[in-house]
Amino acid sequence: MMCSGEGLLASPINEVLGAHRDTILKSSRKSIGPAITALAESGLRSAEVTLEIWRDKDMWYRASDDKFYRVEGDDVFDLASGQRIATFVKDEYKQIKPNSGVRAIISSALVGFHLNSTDRDKRLAAIKSIQRNPKPEYLLTLKASIAEESDAYLLDIKSQLLQILTIQYGTTPQNRIAAIEAVSRSLSLDIRAALNPILATELRLGDAIPEGANLVRILTPGTDGFPVKTAYDMLVKQKLATPIPTKAEVLTALEDNIDAARVGDVPVAQLFDPEKRLEAYEVLQKQGLAPKRPSEAEVLSAVNSYIFYEQYLEENAAVTEAAKKALRSIETKVNLFRTVDLGLDALSLASIYFLAAIGLAITFGVMGVINMAHGEFIMMGAYTGYVIQQIIPDHTISIIVAVPVAFVVTFGAGVAMERLVIRWLYNRPLETLLATFGISIALQQIAKNIFGTQARPLTSPEWLGGSWVINDVVSISYIRIAIFAMALLFFAVFLFIIKRSRLGLETRAVTQNPAMASAMGINPDRVNMLTFGLGSGVAGIAGVAIGLFAKVTSEMGNDYIVQSFMSVVVGGVGNIWGALAGATLVGFMQKGIEWFNPSNTLAAQTYMILFVIIFIQFRPRGIIALKGRAAGD
Amino acid sequence: MTASHYRRNALIFVLILSLFTVLVSALSAGAGSDVIATSFIKTLGKTLCLALVAIAMDLIWGYAGILSLGHFAFFALGGYMIGMWLMYERTKDIVTQSLNQATIPPTDQEIIDGIGTQIFGVVGSNEFPVIWMFADSLIAQALLVILVPALLAYLFGWFAFRSRVTGVYLSILTQAFTLALSLYLFQNESGLRGNNGLSGLQNLPYVDANQDLVSLWFFWASAVALGLGYLGASYVVSGKFGSVMRAIRDNEARVRFLGYKVETYKLAVFVGTAIIAAIAGALYYPQAGIVNPAEMAPIASIYLAVWVAIGGRGRLYGSVIGAIIVSLLSTWFTGGQAPDLSFGVFTLKWVDWWQVLLGVSFVLVTLYAPKGIGGLFDLLSRRGPSS
Repeated sequence: MMCSGEGLLASPINEVLGAHRDTILKSSRKSIGPAITALAESGLRSAEVTLEIWRDKDMWYRASDDKFYRVEGDDVFDLASGQRIATFVKDEYKQIKPNSGVRAIISSALVGFHLNSTDRDKRLAAIKSIQRNPKPEYLLTLKASIAEESDAYLLDIKSQLLQILTIQYGTTPQNRIAAIEAVSRSLSLDIRAALNPILATELRLGDAIPEGANLVRILTPGTDGFPVKTAYDMLVKQKLATPIPTKAEVLTALEDNIDAARVGDVPVAQLFDPEKRLEAYEVLQKQGLAPKRPSEAEVLSAVNSYIFYEQYLEENAAVTEAAKKALRSIETKVNLFRTVDLGLDALSLASIYFLAAIGLAITFGVMGVINMAHGEFIMMGAYTGYVIQQIIPDHTISIIVAVPVAFVVTFGAGVAMERLVIRWLYNRPLETLLATFGISIALQQIAKNIFGTQARPLTSPEWLGGSWVINDVVSISYIRIAIFAMALLFFAVFLFIIKRSRLGLETRAVTQNPAMASAMGINPDRVNMLTFGLGSGVAGIAGVAIGLFAKVTSEMGNDYIVQSFMSVVVGGVGNIWGALAGATLVGFMQKGIEWFNPSNTLAAQTYMILFVIIFIQFRPRGIIALKGRAAGD
Repeated sequence: MTASHYRRNALIFVLILSLFTVLVSALSAGAGSDVIATSFIKTLGKTLCLALVAIAMDLIWGYAGILSLGHFAFFALGGYMIGMWLMYERTKDIVTQSLNQATIPPTDQEIIDGIGTQIFGVVGSNEFPVIWMFADSLIAQALLVILVPALLAYLFGWFAFRSRVTGVYLSILTQAFTLALSLYLFQNESGLRGNNGLSGLQNLPYVDANQDLVSLWFFWASAVALGLGYLGASYVVSGKFGSVMRAIRDNEARVRFLGYKVETYKLAVFVGTAIIAAIAGALYYPQAGIVNPAEMAPIASIYLAVWVAIGGRGRLYGSVIGAIIVSLLSTWFTGGQAPDLSFGVFTLKWVDWWQVLLGVSFVLVTLYAPKGIGGLFDLLSRRGPSS
């Protein structure tokens, strides 16, 4: 009895519901508004729960005591306290069934409650829901909820959201301007999206400019990219002028009125002349057989009798002015960060080119051997990585294994190539070019025969996925950072090998004067073989790295060979610093040109190559040219 | 080799070429016989054009020692220039015919708009770019076949030779130039239909002849061009100019010290061979029917070097033999006509392995037979060339 007794007491929530009993029972989207608002603004603790119960169709009405209850299974509960008060008897209760429209209104009312929920996920969901579907009524609730927000991240996005809502729905222009000024340092895409609609404009026309209109500019037909034709079309659209018949309409009118091979007294055979066509149309028009075609003077006078102007949709000039200013300042900042982003892109492209070119810097730069199959060594390394991933499924381990294996495979291939082909051609560089080219097409075709023409994936480990997001404008993927680090590492290692190790010393000796080196007890054959193998092995490792972000195909070498050669030639043949400088220049140039014309990477490559050709004119020996005897010829 | 040798060789060459042309013509479908199919006539005609561009390659590489990896770009450009006229006129023919069926005769502008829509519809445009302004005139386009590649070659050569870029650097530079050109043409904005290229070139506008006959005409034209090209090249290399070319190849610095303007000679050879290549291309692509930017990919120019190397550079007939043998073999092997070799567990499909064979044989020729197939003639005549 205790339980049911409490239900009989008039709880405040039921008073609110009772006041709107009829509309609740009717449950129509059009009329339900006041009931939900009353509930939401009642300030009762149980209002949130009640709204949820209502939305979930668990609210029932008992006519005998004119009250609302929650029903679950066979039990009836009090709305406010949640205590069980009676056993469910079907005939006594009537279920409230809100339709989807009503449920949507309830949900949006609930958002306000959820903003203050103790559950962080609920608060986040509520914020997201407002972001998706901003409404003026959230403004106050959101503002109130900020004071109580404890989570720093949520506080951040709530404040930003409040700014956006204030910009859009602020009650006074002062409020809105203040909000606009507050966000003028932000880079967020949402802020920019909120500011742009304020600056939306519309072309209008009239006899005079309305008083107090927030004007952008007055347009003079025939100037400012506002042709007379556009102005006249506007008039036609507003039914203020007769349309000009299109060429096709003129043609149809002429075709329809052919009479004994003549149209309006002009022979059909002469109608290939546009002048004659108009002449014939004029006659038809006079006979009333075709709609009127306004003359140019008529068009002009019609257009000139109106004033055309562009107007902001937003009425308050101060607000648009502030938005313009804010957008300008945001634009400046965004451009600054875009430049940073572009720099990062260019840096990562440069490191890719450097990785591709470093092997070449050794074989071509130091030894002077043109190896057209260098790209195929990159391809070989990438396929080695692919095969290893087929054997070892774990991506991290397989990449760790693939790097040395790729080195060994391409080192072997390089040594074999040097022994079998290149050493016979040391004095005939042009023939080296051709012979290695023969090897290149043979290797490409063999890879195609083994792996097929379809691109093979080389999957990067989980921890290399994703990217490092600095802000809404600047971000860089981890894999590019890894490649940059790898390029730096390679650079250090090779600098060490060439400058500090025995092999490096011998290589430089053999390159500069093979006969003298030989006289000093160095075996030039062995040194050449090892150096060439080393250069090829590096290409293999570069192949694994490149395969991680590019498709592995039998033709992937072609994509890098020309750029690699250019990096080496531009940078300066004969040392690793040159390759670094060259790759940096080529990478930055390409990205820089892409920046001017982002939609067209083909054009960027074209102009980059032209630049290189011209660059060679002024520094034929590259950026870092060897001097003295080492330069050779 | 003395001038008289060149004269004798040229005579033999023209004789063989004439005999070959007459024989093929007599057996062709165009002459009423069905021994040689029309498609094969086209293949032969194209092969003759390739032999002509191989002569150009031999002049610049075999005689002047400049390994240009860009001559196939000039070849394709020649095709583009003549292709513009062929495509424009044929489209104009079709558009005029279809518009003339309307009750009211079309205006000139309507015809031009119709042609524009037909040609540039695939790249989402219907307006003629400026470079098509002469497309209506055969004479102008035929002149452009020569002028455009010549101008490009002149500009590139002037830059490259002036700064004394030589050897492999020059080769890489020419390759980059080719790549740039092909990438440029791949763009729709280039005004030459992007990667679609120009197509339908096998149809001669305003000529009411079937393909049997048209292909025969082109075969003759190719044979005449090859004959004239060979005679011209023969004349050049047998004279003083040829001697200077070979001298530059063998020791550029010494020639310069002797007072010759090496750069001028090189530039002349570069431009001249570019023109020969362009003319060969202008005859080749109407027989192929289509020209697109992929044709001038750097690899094509390298194949050109392969033909000349296999045929034997430094002798004109060598390059012709190399081009004919390798390109015909390529057609045969990649066309799937060659019988597969079966080794029990493994069947060797020539379509897949021909490239490998070509690559390897190329390495072998470079290593063991630098004189190429032409070297066989030396063995036969027991007389080494003095060139």
